Amino acid sequence: MTTEEKIEYKVIGTRPIRPDGVEKVTGKAQYGADIRLPGMIYGRVLRSPHAHARILSIDTSAAEAHPGVLAVLTAKDLPAAEDKMEELGESAINVKEVSDNILASTKALYRGHAVAAVAAANAHVAEEALALIKVEYEVLPPVLDVRDAMREDAPLLNEERHTKSMGGKLSEKPSNIAQFTQFSGGDIEAAFAEADVVVEHEFNTSMVHQGYIEPQVSTSSWNADGTITIWTSTQGAFAVRSLVAEVLRQPISNIRVVPMEIGGGFGGKLPIYLDPVAALLSKKSGKPVKIAMSRTDVFEGTGPTSGTSIRVKMAAKGDKITAVQANLAYEAGAYPGSSVGAGAMCMLSPYSVENFQIDAYDVVVNKPKTAAYRAPGAPAAAFASESMIDELAKKQGIDPLAFRRANSSEAGTRMVTGVPFPRIGAVETTEAAINSAHYKSPIEGPNRGRGVASGFWFNAGMQSSVVAAVNSDGTINLIEGSTDIGGTRASLAMQLAETLGVKYESIRPSVVDTDSIGHNDVTGGSRTTFASGMAVFEAGMDIRRQMITRAAKLWSCSEDDVVYEDGGLRCKVDSTKELTFKEMAAQQPRTGGPIVGKGSLVARGAGSAFATHIVDVEVDPETGKVEILRYTAVQDVGTAIHPAYVEGQIQGGVVQGIGWALNEEYFYNDEGTMVNSSFLDYRMPTALDVPMIDTILVEVPNPGHPYGVRGVGEVPIVPPLAAIANAIADATGHRFTTLPMSPRRVVEELNGLS
Amino acid sequence: MARSYVSTNLNGTETDFLCEPRQSLLEVLRDELGLTGTKEGCNNGNCGACSVMLNGRIVNSCCVLAVETQDATVTTIEGVAQGDQLHPLQQAFLNEAALQCGICTPGFIMASKALLEREPNADEHRIRHWLAGNLCRCTGYDKIVKAVLSAEQMQGVK
Repeated sequence: MTTEEKIEYKVIGTRPIRPDGVEKVTGKAQYGADIRLPGMIYGRVLRSPHAHARILSIDTSAAEAHPGVLAVLTAKDLPAAEDKMEELGESAINVKEVSDNILASTKALYRGHAVAAVAAANAHVAEEALALIKVEYEVLPPVLDVRDAMREDAPLLNEERHTKSMGGKLSEKPSNIAQFTQFSGGDIEAAFAEADVVVEHEFNTSMVHQGYIEPQVSTSSWNADGTITIWTSTQGAFAVRSLVAEVLRQPISNIRVVPMEIGGGFGGKLPIYLDPVAALLSKKSGKPVKIAMSRTDVFEGTGPTSGTSIRVKMAAKGDKITAVQANLAYEAGAYPGSSVGAGAMCMLSPYSVENFQIDAYDVVVNKPKTAAYRAPGAPAAAFASESMIDELAKKQGIDPLAFRRANSSEAGTRMVTGVPFPRIGAVETTEAAINSAHYKSPIEGPNRGRGVASGFWFNAGMQSSVVAAVNSDGTINLIEGSTDIGGTRASLAMQLAETLGVKYESIRPSVVDTDSIGHNDVTGGSRTTFASGMAVFEAGMDIRRQMITRAAKLWSCSEDDVVYEDGGLRCKVDSTKELTFKEMAAQQPRTGGPIVGKGSLVARGAGSAFATHIVDVEVDPETGKVEILRYTAVQDVGTAIHPAYVEGQIQGGVVQGIGWALNEEYFYNDEGTMVNSSFLDYRMPTALDVPMIDTILVEVPNPGHPYGVRGVGEVPIVPPLAAIANAIADATGHRFTTLPMSPRRVVEELNGLS
Repeated sequence: MARSYVSTNLNGTETDFLCEPRQSLLEVLRDELGLTGTKEGCNNGNCGACSVMLNGRIVNSCCVLAVETQDATVTTIEGVAQGDQLHPLQQAFLNEAALQCGICTPGFIMASKALLEREPNADEHRIRHWLAGNLCRCTGYDKIVKAVLSAEQMQGVK
């Protein structure tokens, strides 16, 4: 679907096979766990069985004496970390807290918090040795609920933590509220007083996990010359390098991070857990050490996304949303840094709302330190706001999509931060949903209902660096440093092919280690096809300029008379003078040597993403099971470089959202133990749980990118929670405000049992 | 720990190895025999990333002890393509963009292959039912199911 004059591309918009595809369908691709080094030994990590406990002593002597054990590690072996913030592009984290999360020093702050590690001849022996480590704990009462944690009398995770408010002001008393932020505009009191209708609810969501299928794994070699090599599964090799350098107090250049193929991340493979542990075990043992997490380790010891409590009061007059007051409290986990700020900034972004006040609280609790998860913070916020918008539309007797259209953001609309939008596709997306075959079709039958919801995500730019080397036969090696987590080798090679007018197949992209390319920020924020794509475009233009210079010399004409077009060069003033790309490539030794194009930049102008989803459900009132009958996701994708992988991002995000809405949750007992830490009990959607996910790609090109690219990966998970809640409300007449809407909850609430 | 001698037919080749009785087939394939195409996602039979064929049946290799494969026939993802010739399922997964990160892909291909060998014309619902033991977190399954349907067509014209 096109909304502006469509530019005709040769490569962009086609669906070629990804360069790394054959290796992946034949089992040859090397993921993090697949590496095996000579002399390699295996590590395992001992984790706290308590959600909140002081560590009084750790006795590792029996473990050290166990046959086959080569090294044992505790927090005492970590260098004292600096109490400072490390910029990670999209977010910043405190190095001391990163270090303390890697191996707990004085307190275990959640069940699963690492307290010691062992390296041994094999993983079984390492596991045996863990059982020989004696840790003496003083068990403390855990704080498990975000609102409970905010109470003045709540047990404190850290007695020295005070609430930081805007302007850096600190609260007088210590608190579990790490940060308070407020966004406000207009006059909400007056708007509420003048409204036709006001609705108010509290919404609650539990922690959920990204659920990548590959557990975290890291292999490290502390080399004889003091350098460190790390083979790991990460969304950002350079971020791993920076963080390990900080935690181990090493110069950055001493550390080489080799990014292995990654088995999913969704934000969860931005933090580091195992890398410094494997490195120090290697230093102690003198051998390369591999540590892989078990699935339970992944659930208990890595970062899920926040559980949330969100109160929203919303008013409408006629078909306009006139006032919103919201209070968002997000669990950060054991250390500050939830996604509440992003949630607060996203929740109203699809709409133009004049009067608003949004209070956002970042709250520590005795659960794992949260990590990013696809559009972090936005889905829970949209669950609340989009549910309320549905209520307002219903009360005003207006079709829910027409109501959204009437309030839609457009170019110039200010976000709650005061920043105005550039050209965006919010209106086009909503209208495409209104005009879709799905929305025009009838929904009939008992216990069936239809729901809609919209969503927003900023998308990120940040730093990217690539080089492209032209080979003598006209093929090109594209060297890049962005983790390929779902097809970006293809989307980047396609942009280079388009820029140079050459065949996609002539480009061989490689994701290389941190010694082999300039800094690249993480694959996150839906930024890689956008930002690394801009770097690729620059590298392509660099090659074109170099070829023009050389052709001018060869032809003894002015550079202004040389034209690069259709993958070749010609002389404007002498039509006999022409060179194909391949011919020019062959001329390199005689015209100045190798042609290497470079693109290295901070990408500005990331175009924001908007999505509107439509879902039909059937609710079984006896079992409480919610069946997804039909699902359509409409999204402004800017320009779809490789439409199949764009669709794939949308379909994957939607199904994660379906899982979040209907089944997934961290289920804790009173002691703070997650009791469903397996894929059997943490129930992610299977192929049988979902239908085909239909996609409608709206293309409103991003003016900030040479090919109009907008990030596409994150926004698809924003609308499903509310869309499904709205569909269930349509089917049953009951408004669910707590996730997941699992069979048990549905039965209980429909029967008035909860 | 004492190691046992095991002899098995692996991807068409008579293969022998030594293993500890506590080692799973998955562990031996990956760590002893260097066949890392079979992946570990959960190590307790819930994700299907380690799916292999054992005596003609699809199994989670994390839930089979390696010593149980004495005199057995085992096929892993490394035994699916014939030389340079990809299996229709492998080609269909590529054509349909049915993988993103790719970690679950070997397991899905093994499980789909087991289905198509029994039911070459399985419909969408049957495919979804059969593949419910394999978790994919990237694709939402849409393109995986379409790839299996497409492979059925490719096999049909073969």
